[in-house]
Amino acid sequence: MNRTKPGGWAQALPFLLPSALGLLVFSLLPLGASLLLSLTTWDGLSVLTSDVVRDTWVGLGNFGAVLGGAEFWRVLSNTFYFIVLYVPLILGSALAVSMLLNVRRAGVGVFRVLSYIPVLTSWVAGALIWKWILSPEYGLINDLLGMAGVQGPGWLLDRTWAMPGIVLTSLWKDAGYFALILLGGLQGISPSFYESAELDGAGPWVKFTRITLPLLSPILFLVVTITLINSFQLFPQIMIMTTREGMAPGEPLGATQVMVERIYTYAFKYYRMGLASAWAWLLFAVISLFTLLQFRLQKKWVSYDA
Amino acid sequence: MRKLLRTAAWYLLAGLVSFALLLPFFWMISTSLKTQGALMALPVQWLPARLTFDSYVRVFELVPFVRAVANTAVVAVATCLITVTTSAMAAFAFARLRFRGRNALFGVYLATLMIPGQVTTIPLFLVLSAVGLIGTFQGLLLPALFNAFAVFLLRQHMQTIPQDFLDAAKIDGAGLGRVFRSVAMPLSRPIVAALVVILFMTAWNDYFWPLVILTDQAYHTLTLVLSQLNGQYSTRYNILMAGSLLSMIPILVVYAAAQKYFQSGLQLGGIKG
Repeated sequence: MNRTKPGGWAQALPFLLPSALGLLVFSLLPLGASLLLSLTTWDGLSVLTSDVVRDTWVGLGNFGAVLGGAEFWRVLSNTFYFIVLYVPLILGSALAVSMLLNVRRAGVGVFRVLSYIPVLTSWVAGALIWKWILSPEYGLINDLLGMAGVQGPGWLLDRTWAMPGIVLTSLWKDAGYFALILLGGLQGISPSFYESAELDGAGPWVKFTRITLPLLSPILFLVVTITLINSFQLFPQIMIMTTREGMAPGEPLGATQVMVERIYTYAFKYYRMGLASAWAWLLFAVISLFTLLQFRLQKKWVSYDA
Repeated sequence: MRKLLRTAAWYLLAGLVSFALLLPFFWMISTSLKTQGALMALPVQWLPARLTFDSYVRVFELVPFVRAVANTAVVAVATCLITVTTSAMAAFAFARLRFRGRNALFGVYLATLMIPGQVTTIPLFLVLSAVGLIGTFQGLLLPALFNAFAVFLLRQHMQTIPQDFLDAAKIDGAGLGRVFRSVAMPLSRPIVAALVVILFMTAWNDYFWPLVILTDQAYHTLTLVLSQLNGQYSTRYNILMAGSLLSMIPILVVYAAAQKYFQSGLQLGGIKG
């Protein structure tokens, strides 16, 4: 395949150098440093020397403190609350939008553009809009619910409803994006599958469950994997929607505290770099664990023989 | 008849979804045109009883908004330039050159895609702080030198360029640098365009990394300025909504201009995860 004469490193080095240097300085070394930091209680304020590392060394103490405390498990259960609502709903809504997009009809172009706009909006702007639209008294959502005769909840001010409020925001922001990815898969399904199914008298539901879903399953798997990884990395939503100046982030009463917010708070608000690094490694571990689990489970529902 | 029903159902559903997607933007625009008093008026005013553009003026008075637009543009354009250049060079080496350890090194690149950004943020902050780059664009931009996802995408593409094209250039006496610039890069234009779209959008809307690095207000990007407004004027929703709307305009303009690349760009983004 590759018939370029082997010129070896002398030839390749000039091309590789900027990127590989970046790999070393901005990825591999920080990875090692992060692990080292997580074993200390360094405050980030003094100069980091080998003496400081020795004096602040706590071994696995940070990990023990985090895993032994209630906070980590609360944060994890907050995240699971998000996942349980968000992942099925985003799959459903993205699939619905992608199927609406996968037709030839006047107006589908306009609909496509509309579905992109939340994707183009920054998370900060989107979160600001939703913080206001979810205002219990003065927001549109509860006003709409009121018209339907339903007394809306306190949303971001209520311990139970704060996370569903963030889920709604995330659905609005992400549906168009995942619909676009699924659309790529839908467009790859040959129309002949549907035509022969129709000849056999299959209705829309049978076509959906027997043709669309199985043939889409590899891309659905990709989407589930991405949404799960993203779910563990919530950040701007929390910082904008449920954090008030001068208060602990993740209100009310820590009901929306999540891992990345904890890492940020410990590192850059309290300067507890060691503890924050331990949190970061636990985040890495949790994401790896769930991604691994996903790949294990995929055999059960993903079909690659199309 | 059935066909008509199906058409009606499509327009009904697409209309409902569009309504849900657009409602927040409607609320943003409506709120931005309200007076402070109208925000807390009951019943809720879907449309402002009295129109005022004051909030738009206030955004420019309260925060250095024009400066933030310029800062964000500089950051987004520079990120694209840096990442595309260094990543395309590395991708060219991985795709078209032979050297010992090539696959192993590429494996390391791919493995780094697994690492959540937050793990390396703290040490990166410390390194940049040690060399005095906290609060500067250099500090913000330096990590853009390395982007494993971009290298991966471009390598996959460059592997598909027919060898004859590269050989022809060499026979004409072109060196490797010339082959890269004049053959490999022009032939990669569609994938580069799609990549630029994702990089630009991500940089434009990025929040975590600028929040950590850009400590000086003079360098604040749009997302930072917005979050600062949120912190200081958290109940002045007319101003917050005016700021949000203003912050969206540039990216919407870019989208309108490069629309055809957005779909392929966003679909590529899916691979990254």
